[in-house]
Amino acid sequence: MVRYYLSGNEAIAEGAIRAGCRYYAGYPITPSSEIMERISVRFNEIGGVFIQMEDEIASIGSVIGASWAGAKAMTATSGPGFTLMQETVGYAAMTETPLVVVDVQRAGPGMGQATRVASGDIMQAKWGSSGDYQVIALCPWSVQEAYEQTIKAFNLAEKYRVPVLLLTEEAIGHLRERIDIMKDIELFNRKKKAGAAPFGTKERDGVPPMPTFGEGEKLLVTASTHDSYGFRKTDDPLIHDRLVSRLNEKIINNREKIIDYEKYYLEDAKVVVISYGFTARSSLFTVEAMREEGEKIGMLRLKTLWPFPDGLTRDIGARAKVIFVPEMNKGQVAGEVRKYASCQVVSFTQTNGEVIYPDTIIEQLRRHL
Amino acid sequence: MPRDMEQYLRPGLTSTTFCPGCGHGILMGLIFRAIDELKLNMDEMLFVSGIGCAGWIPSPHFNADTLHTLHGRAIPAATGAKMFNPKLTVMVISGDGDLADIGGNHLIHAARRNMDLTVICASNMVYGMTGGQVCSTTPAGAFTRTTAQGNPYRPFDLCKLVVAAGATYAARYSVTQPFALKASIKKALQINGFCFIEVLSPCPTQFGRHNQLDTPVGTIKYLMDKCITKKRAKNLSPEELKNKIITGEFTNGAD
Repeated sequence: MVRYYLSGNEAIAEGAIRAGCRYYAGYPITPSSEIMERISVRFNEIGGVFIQMEDEIASIGSVIGASWAGAKAMTATSGPGFTLMQETVGYAAMTETPLVVVDVQRAGPGMGQATRVASGDIMQAKWGSSGDYQVIALCPWSVQEAYEQTIKAFNLAEKYRVPVLLLTEEAIGHLRERIDIMKDIELFNRKKKAGAAPFGTKERDGVPPMPTFGEGEKLLVTASTHDSYGFRKTDDPLIHDRLVSRLNEKIINNREKIIDYEKYYLEDAKVVVISYGFTARSSLFTVEAMREEGEKIGMLRLKTLWPFPDGLTRDIGARAKVIFVPEMNKGQVAGEVRKYASCQVVSFTQTNGEVIYPDTIIEQLRRHL
Repeated sequence: MPRDMEQYLRPGLTSTTFCPGCGHGILMGLIFRAIDELKLNMDEMLFVSGIGCAGWIPSPHFNADTLHTLHGRAIPAATGAKMFNPKLTVMVISGDGDLADIGGNHLIHAARRNMDLTVICASNMVYGMTGGQVCSTTPAGAFTRTTAQGNPYRPFDLCKLVVAAGATYAARYSVTQPFALKASIKKALQINGFCFIEVLSPCPTQFGRHNQLDTPVGTIKYLMDKCITKKRAKNLSPEELKNKIITGEFTNGAD
């Protein structure tokens, strides 16, 4: 184990390198730029390919090409840049291209407050591109976890051939903390099978093997509706439905394996705080303080935002009296919790570009208890 | 050996998607002949295209790795593949709307970086696939589905544009000049750095029918009349050069 003192953005760059990322394309945007800056230096040392592109669309576009050329590839951005990338996120979902996009969320909409924090892109991450598709979105609450989840993002992207979004926040990106780096970390590489159909499978996980350009596979990669070998089939209803269904099911049916969370004091909790990202730090502080006062309060910390832990939320909702969701947006995750929880769900929102402090959460909780 | 080029076509295809009179089939055949004469191995090549009729030249026709990207994004994707695996010979084949309009920024930046790509812009001077709307390469005054009173704007001179941006090789030919075009494709494939060829390709279906050129022969004749070589253009007055398209090489890094 080695101990470092890093910012969240630096930890993400280091996590990507550890995961095997060797292609990075990006465009500067506050508050994510330190990821690109560190990668640009570190790739010189370790032999990765770095390029600063002319915009976010080109950045993620070149990540697509690099991924099919065999790279574990990544880009990082923030809200407005993330919006520009959305068309290609849909392209990656349709072509089953593994890639990682880091969104260091800042206060929006529009340009908003570039140096201020928010978690306003949760729904953009889910619904930002056209049509029905699934992504995986992770959300770290510390610098340590920013490192670990970046590695996990690559593993999931390779395993499920899907765009994986790391939804972190300005407050994590610019936070400096001690992190411990383990020697043994499990890495996953995309499965390959010469001659196999690259866009269809009978395997239960629904994920076909992925060849690489230059291997003589004569690949046909297109985000138009295609059959299992990539031939465009733009007017066949059956093929379209089968493809779109598989793209969704390969994530939804494997969600128990993908979804990660932490439970705190949930056994007897009548009041439950569901929290994620930086806000979860304040939430846990609050929950522990109130627990000491004898309140039957617990917390669920979401480490995966998409796919959403529907079953778990349903279970908690069946046992709790009230679920409380504090977030740095106008209630994006609270809305999702309401879809599954049968109990009362209280959304506490703060969109002033500042992190939510424990005092604020305690005050809100007391009002409802 | 009249059917030698079939080895470069993806097996199982029975027809192309091109309209009768479309020039893209001629361009496709010339690319195959250039590859054949250079004895390149298609398994070491990658063909990247965007959206539009020309995007369908390599995908699915070419019996090689093909990447059919989002509209306008062929060059970024090609850049990523080439940067990560420099052993790949990467050729971008797409249309004028795709490369010059929606993807125009990527075009000039790839030229500025002198990215080692061969970019073939099949220009039919109109948006073909979407039904014949005006393009940044449509001649001034030409009629399209969105310029009922004639195109009020001047077209791009794409060769000048990429030369100014730093391309190593830039040329323009029409499919009515097949031998010069084939030689140009061969040259571009051999030169390191950013190589750009604008290929004028007739579109009777969408460009022709709005401009009194209803037949395939009409659009071919239009191009033959409009295109003149650099050599011939030298001896003509500015008045005579009006409404002409000059073909030839505009920069040649190999010289």
